Amino acid sequence: MTEPLHRVLVIDDELAIRRFLRHSLNPEQFELLEAETGEEGLRLIATKEPAVVLLDLGLADIDGVEVARQIREWSQVPIIVLSAREQDHDKVAALDAGADDYLTKPFSVVELQARIRVALRHGSLATGALPPAFIAGDLEIDLLARLVRKGGVEVHLTPNEFKLLAALVKNAGRVVTHKQLLTEVWGPDFAEEAHYLRVYMGQLRHKLEDEPAQPRLLTTESGVGYRLRTE
Amino acid sequence: MALWGDVRPRSTPEELLDLVNAEEAKKSRGRLKVFLGASAGVGKTYAMLVEAHEQKVRSIDVLVGYAECHGRQDTDSLLNGLEILPRKELNHRSLKLTEFDLDGALKRRPQLILVDELAHTNVSGSRHPKRYQDVEELLQAGIDVYTTVNIQHLESLNDVVAQITGVVVRETIPDFVLEIADEIEVIDIPPGELRQRLREGKVYVPDRIEKALDGFFREGNLIALRELALRRAADRVDAQMQTYRSKQSVLGVWPTKERIVVCIAPNRLGLRVVRAAARIGTASHAELIAITVESDRQSNRSPEELHQSQEALRLAERLGMHTVTTGGHDIVGEILRIAHERNATLIVVGKPIKPRWRELMQGSVVDDLVRRSGAIDVHVITGDEPGTQRVRRVNRPVPLEWRGSIATLVATGIATGLCFALRPHLVPANIIMVFLGGVALIASRYGPREAVLASLLSVAAFDFFFVPPFLTFSVEDSQYLLTFAIMLLVALLISGLAIRLRQQAMLWQTREERSAALYRLSRDLAKTRTTREVAEIASREIGEQLHADVSVLLKGEGSDLGVVVKSRSNFEFRPNEQGAANWVVTKGEVAGAGTDTLPNSEALYVPLVAARGIIGVLGIKADPMLDPQQESLLLTFANGIALAFERTLLAKESQVARLAAEAEKLRNVLLNSVSHDLRTPLTVIHGAASSIAEKGGSTKEMADTIVTQAERMNRHVQNLLDMTRLEADAVEPKMEWNSVEELLGSALQDTDHALRGRSVKTFIPADMALVKLDGILMTKALVNLLENAARHTPEGTEVEVHVSVPPGKLLIRVADRGPGIAAGEEERIFDKFYQPEAGKADRGFGLGLAICKAVAEAHRGKVWAENREGGGAIFFLEISASERAPEVPID
Repeated sequence: MTEPLHRVLVIDDELAIRRFLRHSLNPEQFELLEAETGEEGLRLIATKEPAVVLLDLGLADIDGVEVARQIREWSQVPIIVLSAREQDHDKVAALDAGADDYLTKPFSVVELQARIRVALRHGSLATGALPPAFIAGDLEIDLLARLVRKGGVEVHLTPNEFKLLAALVKNAGRVVTHKQLLTEVWGPDFAEEAHYLRVYMGQLRHKLEDEPAQPRLLTTESGVGYRLRTE
Repeated sequence: MALWGDVRPRSTPEELLDLVNAEEAKKSRGRLKVFLGASAGVGKTYAMLVEAHEQKVRSIDVLVGYAECHGRQDTDSLLNGLEILPRKELNHRSLKLTEFDLDGALKRRPQLILVDELAHTNVSGSRHPKRYQDVEELLQAGIDVYTTVNIQHLESLNDVVAQITGVVVRETIPDFVLEIADEIEVIDIPPGELRQRLREGKVYVPDRIEKALDGFFREGNLIALRELALRRAADRVDAQMQTYRSKQSVLGVWPTKERIVVCIAPNRLGLRVVRAAARIGTASHAELIAITVESDRQSNRSPEELHQSQEALRLAERLGMHTVTTGGHDIVGEILRIAHERNATLIVVGKPIKPRWRELMQGSVVDDLVRRSGAIDVHVITGDEPGTQRVRRVNRPVPLEWRGSIATLVATGIATGLCFALRPHLVPANIIMVFLGGVALIASRYGPREAVLASLLSVAAFDFFFVPPFLTFSVEDSQYLLTFAIMLLVALLISGLAIRLRQQAMLWQTREERSAALYRLSRDLAKTRTTREVAEIASREIGEQLHADVSVLLKGEGSDLGVVVKSRSNFEFRPNEQGAANWVVTKGEVAGAGTDTLPNSEALYVPLVAARGIIGVLGIKADPMLDPQQESLLLTFANGIALAFERTLLAKESQVARLAAEAEKLRNVLLNSVSHDLRTPLTVIHGAASSIAEKGGSTKEMADTIVTQAERMNRHVQNLLDMTRLEADAVEPKMEWNSVEELLGSALQDTDHALRGRSVKTFIPADMALVKLDGILMTKALVNLLENAARHTPEGTEVEVHVSVPPGKLLIRVADRGPGIAAGEEERIFDKFYQPEAGKADRGFGLGLAICKAVAEAHRGKVWAENREGGGAIFFLEISASERAPEVPID
């Protein structure tokens, strides 16, 4: 492995989870830091500057959403939230507070590694910089040239469709919440108009997916938002 | 006199609460026993000391705080063996006086203390001016008190006693002191015996005996006082009986409370009238309302008279009466108005003390009152004449018409006489002025008829007496004809103005009353917290203001009207009445008796309209029917009442909502913690196994099995939690505009693993509009339908999903090529935990389809299943989708 060693901080009060993560993440790639409380986690972020934070929402001391908010006050470290399915509301709150992605418990190591990879990639990009051209399957997207091709044929997108796609491409692989997308495309006044997204996502899928009812690229994160899948 | 027709529930909760509070207070308070005597010398102190000895034998800690033995030997000897509290010495204008030592007693804290002479006035410089106040403090400190008092010291009996005995007693105690006593013992000896004791020197020191026997201790006096004392004690027994009855909830008929209106005239009779009324009131447990009418004649009153009426009002307040001060020209009218308003049964008034001629001139309030009182009894208290009170009860209505006409004649007569006497000094113009003055006077007091009569009479009298030729109606100088015409015109004009002025004054007064009534209503309503309280106050206030029977009906859970409060039990609700009330509550308009709608109803029905709509109805049964002014007052009342109801309803609702929110929160906390506790080990198992599987090797297959089973278990946990949430009923679907295609996509993504090996075909209409539904719940339903299909369909077959939009509906069909549904199981497969007979190895918990059903029902839809042509089953999920989707701007 030529990749540098990445520091991953896990903030979870369950010893069993921390132990399983310790044994699952390849020690040649990752150095795992463990924090049992939010307090301790915040301290470790400040002192050890991890590359990725895995944050459990059900902490004993501080509410996980609050931890995410506090981290974002002074650090841009990618945060991946670990949560149960019942915590949809908290999950969205944490994402809107600045967390980058989430994993629903239980999750497999494969999923975890994929998420960490995406997070590391975004973490290494300078904020605001456009990613290079995005290619997935027969789809090519060039944000700078405002060009979308599917199977080599140019696809015409309306301005809002393009803005929506661009927002997803910029966060490729990561979940983007409804609120974030609406704010990005239509502006903060439309942050609650989720049905705009449903219509436009439908249009995008019809233009870009082979089978719009069974999307492979533009997937829905039920109750949270959308994700442009990269792998 | 009392109305015995009204049956009331024994005790309201408030009354019971009062009772309990009073009992509680009494427990910590000392007990008060009063030894009540008809006069001095009956042996009160003696009896008190005897009982103190008895208590001491029972090892009660007894202290003699103050005992006055008046040098009586046998009483004095009783002090032996009792601990006596030293008296306090006070210097009063170089005199050394001794007084009961309150602080000493409080410091000593005996269980029982004897304090003689309750009516005693303390030496100035003591803490309290009166001894009964000392006793009150002792009681509050939890010390039992024995005390003595003579009947003549009771405030309300003060002037009766003075009348009987000719001696004015200066030291008085308020009547309530007797009422708070826990026990009263009347020390009674026959008058003859008392006089005998007096002669024997047992009461007074010998040199005063003779004087006493001829004065205060006359046999007649003693008999009267004895009777007073016994009657007072008997009243107390009555009161105790009543307390007992309400405590024991004895069934029986209760009288409605009597109300007595006490008229305080601005003269020296005021105090006497108040005291007399207080006696009557205490005996009959009546509510007393003392009123003074400030008439325009007030300015003629001397300051002394005004002072007397103020004094009487203050006494009335002290005796616990309600006091009302009102104004108006017609004193009797005012008194009667208040009496009617408060449903008084008796009016107490003082006998006139004016000279006869003034009565003739000004009219007598008492006579007028007696004549106009209608159904209300009038009780006249005697003036200054000695002797017992004479009571006159008259109930004789007399037609009023003559009064005005006679007054008109008299006034014109007087004007004529006056002018005649002054004729040498008066020019004709001034004579006319005198007549006009008379007309104005009549007009200001009586109606338009009298005014016109006065005008005509005045012109006639002027012509007859003062226009030459005198004593005939003929006129020499035709100029006078013009004078007559103008005089008549002016007289009529003046009358018109005066009458209008009076009418305006009356109007103003009505308005005043109205705003006072409204103020009272809103003040009382502000204190209410329950709908029942509001209803009770509403019915009482309207009942009093409009002299009507009132019932309050409120809309219940549905739209059914329920009777909350009826002012009288005879307010019956026949179908007819109920129909009228229902009409009013649906239409929001007034109906019933006296209106054009349903005029045959017995009562008038007024809707209670609040911000949220019509919340109930007021039923008013008035006889005679309401006049327009009363009706408008009623409508104003209805407004205020409706608002008060709304306030209580809102308070109730917010409480219910808060409770529901609390319950919801608790349920969520519980489910989240269950979810967390089950998921944590699953996460570890799943994660660790997946980690092993990834590393490959010989254990890969086993690790994969662990992963699959952990995932399966996770789905079961998920279903269990979902079902629990859905079953809690509190799940309010979060209805949002959703794309069915997207939801289906999401569900297919979630079931990707389960459907492996089976192709899925979706059929969705192109350009399908958004549908309002709970996206997360619907995804769960779809996931379960797809999993169900996957479970029963062999690998290699196809699963079809059809989405269609029949008018106003959304229909989703999931079709498989499995074994289909056994006959008779079409319904049961949607039951919780149901396992089909021909179960396969890969069985679920039997929750998946139950969740679909719960989701459909949460959307007011349904699920069902049919066998599919050519083999397999089709599951249907249908919900209503009639609302048009909102526009989304397309660029």
